[in-house]
Amino acid sequence: MGRIQLKQVKKAFGDVVVIPPLDLEIVDGEFVVFVGPSGCGKSTLLRLIAGLEDTTSGVIEIDGEDATALPPAKRRLAMVFQSYALYPHMTVRKNIAFPLRMAKMDQAEQDRRIEAAAKALNLTDYLHRRPGQLSGGQRQRVAIGRAIVREPAAFLFDEPLSNLDAALRVGMRMEISELHKKLKTTMVYVTHDQVEAMTMADKIVVLQAGVIEQVGSPLDLYHTPRNKFVAGFIGSPRMNLVEGTEAAKHNATTIGVRPEHIDISTTEGLWQGTVGVAEHLGSDTFLHVHGVPGCDPVTVRIAGDVALNHGDTVHLTPRADQIHKFDAQGLRIS
Amino acid sequence: MATQHSRSAARIMMAPAVFLLLVWMLVPLCMTLWFSFRNYLPLRGGDLGFAGFNNFTRFVSSSAFWPSVLTTLIIVGGVLLISIVFGVLLAILLDKPMWGQGIVRILVIAPFFVMPTVSALVWKNMFMDPVNGVLAHLWRFFGADPLVWLQDASVFSIILIVSWQWLPFATLILLTAIQSLDSEQLEAAEIDGATPLARFFFISLPHLSRAITIVVLIQTIFVLAVFAEIFVTTGGAFGTRTLTYLIYQRVLESQNIGLGSAGGVYAIILANIVAIFLMRIVGKNLDN
Repeated sequence: MGRIQLKQVKKAFGDVVVIPPLDLEIVDGEFVVFVGPSGCGKSTLLRLIAGLEDTTSGVIEIDGEDATALPPAKRRLAMVFQSYALYPHMTVRKNIAFPLRMAKMDQAEQDRRIEAAAKALNLTDYLHRRPGQLSGGQRQRVAIGRAIVREPAAFLFDEPLSNLDAALRVGMRMEISELHKKLKTTMVYVTHDQVEAMTMADKIVVLQAGVIEQVGSPLDLYHTPRNKFVAGFIGSPRMNLVEGTEAAKHNATTIGVRPEHIDISTTEGLWQGTVGVAEHLGSDTFLHVHGVPGCDPVTVRIAGDVALNHGDTVHLTPRADQIHKFDAQGLRIS
Repeated sequence: MATQHSRSAARIMMAPAVFLLLVWMLVPLCMTLWFSFRNYLPLRGGDLGFAGFNNFTRFVSSSAFWPSVLTTLIIVGGVLLISIVFGVLLAILLDKPMWGQGIVRILVIAPFFVMPTVSALVWKNMFMDPVNGVLAHLWRFFGADPLVWLQDASVFSIILIVSWQWLPFATLILLTAIQSLDSEQLEAAEIDGATPLARFFFISLPHLSRAITIVVLIQTIFVLAVFAEIFVTTGGAFGTRTLTYLIYQRVLESQNIGLGSAGGVYAIILANIVAIFLMRIVGKNLDN
């Protein structure tokens, strides 16, 4: 079981309120991702759940029990840190065994769990090595191994992939997702990378300045962002936010159109502009079009390869059913 | 060619330092070796020719030799024990954020800057004096008879004085080491269910092992040669005669340079034996 409930949880360092009172429910077995720009309080929120920081006020419940005052060890949570936080003087086996040893588990059970974890994470050949002799990805797996042997109520990940290179990150992303499918344990994952959030999460929590902007499934956030911030943050490349007269035509202060929801033509269309930078990726082409009133540049995504280059004049037409409208406060009008 | 040139230039530039070091170390060493085979009595006829191994056998067969070796080792061991144990504890304490941290740290380091002679005199006259010392007053406050420290607990007193001087050094080195400990490791251990004591023994202490090794090696070298503290307190009496002090007595009090030099050679051997033991025990910490 791993149901986590935050009720009116607040965190302040002195006079600085990092997280204003906040409510959140994490259902058992869910993969929840906290996402937001740096300094938005997502790591602090995770550390509050872990018990590494004390709440200023409010209640944290784990499986219906008040855990606000419990020390980290008593919360039955396991955490994977950004720096992995492996113990450098211990071998991989001892690292993984450490939580079991602290729990004074008997040796046979310890060995059984370590072998199982090592097998699941492809670490069997490295058990006698020290963390210093491992690559980044292997260290990451050791950190995960140390978390899974405890069979915790929930896993907490604090930006675990940010120290890995791009290729390895994609691989580890899948491994963590698969691990979640297999273990079906609650996972809370913090990242600033919206691609990680979109690909891994059952539920995304978008945070800005300690405030929850929106909670929902990845596609919910993609299709119906609650406000301008979420609209701009989720999706890559970013949504085009158009202001002024173009927006007024739709009775909105701002309208948003995703780059993939704009039709392009060289002859006719709603908006006219010139191509600035054209990024040819082969599978897609991203065009940055200048000259559209209220938004400069407009990013357009075209599937496949197109013969448009710097300086070409193009006509853009947003698909009418894919336009997001926002009012003066930045909230969605629907 | 450039590297060839810069290499020879480097050699030339290093030469004065190397030369100075060689002269500084080799000349006294050679003189000690030379005198140890001479029968050299400055006030009784001067250099009286070769003595063979006579000085060496006489120095070892003296009843003062083995006790002095033992005293030396006890003092070195005692100082190491006190400065490592309290050094680790103090370092952990000073690592905690507190009000007036900068001043407290300077105060803790201060004893290291006091000259050995001065600190020994301060201890002897202000703390350990059986009539007017602070400790004597403390003892009387509790109704006990003041301890005559330098007579009844002489070796322990010396250990105390020398430790007082070396504890700051150990604390300083260990403090810098403990500051480099990644706090996420401690947090990870906390989540893994380690008690504060377990975190100390499984995370902090292993992290400090290299710094402890360095402290042990450096302090051993210096404490083996401790002299001023003994000279100004007990003058070698009450079982505080170390090997260094014995050599001093042979050379200056007995006016026998040959015999003292032989003792010097034994001191070199003792230092090497200690060094070999230490390197075997703690030296492997420096490897990884």
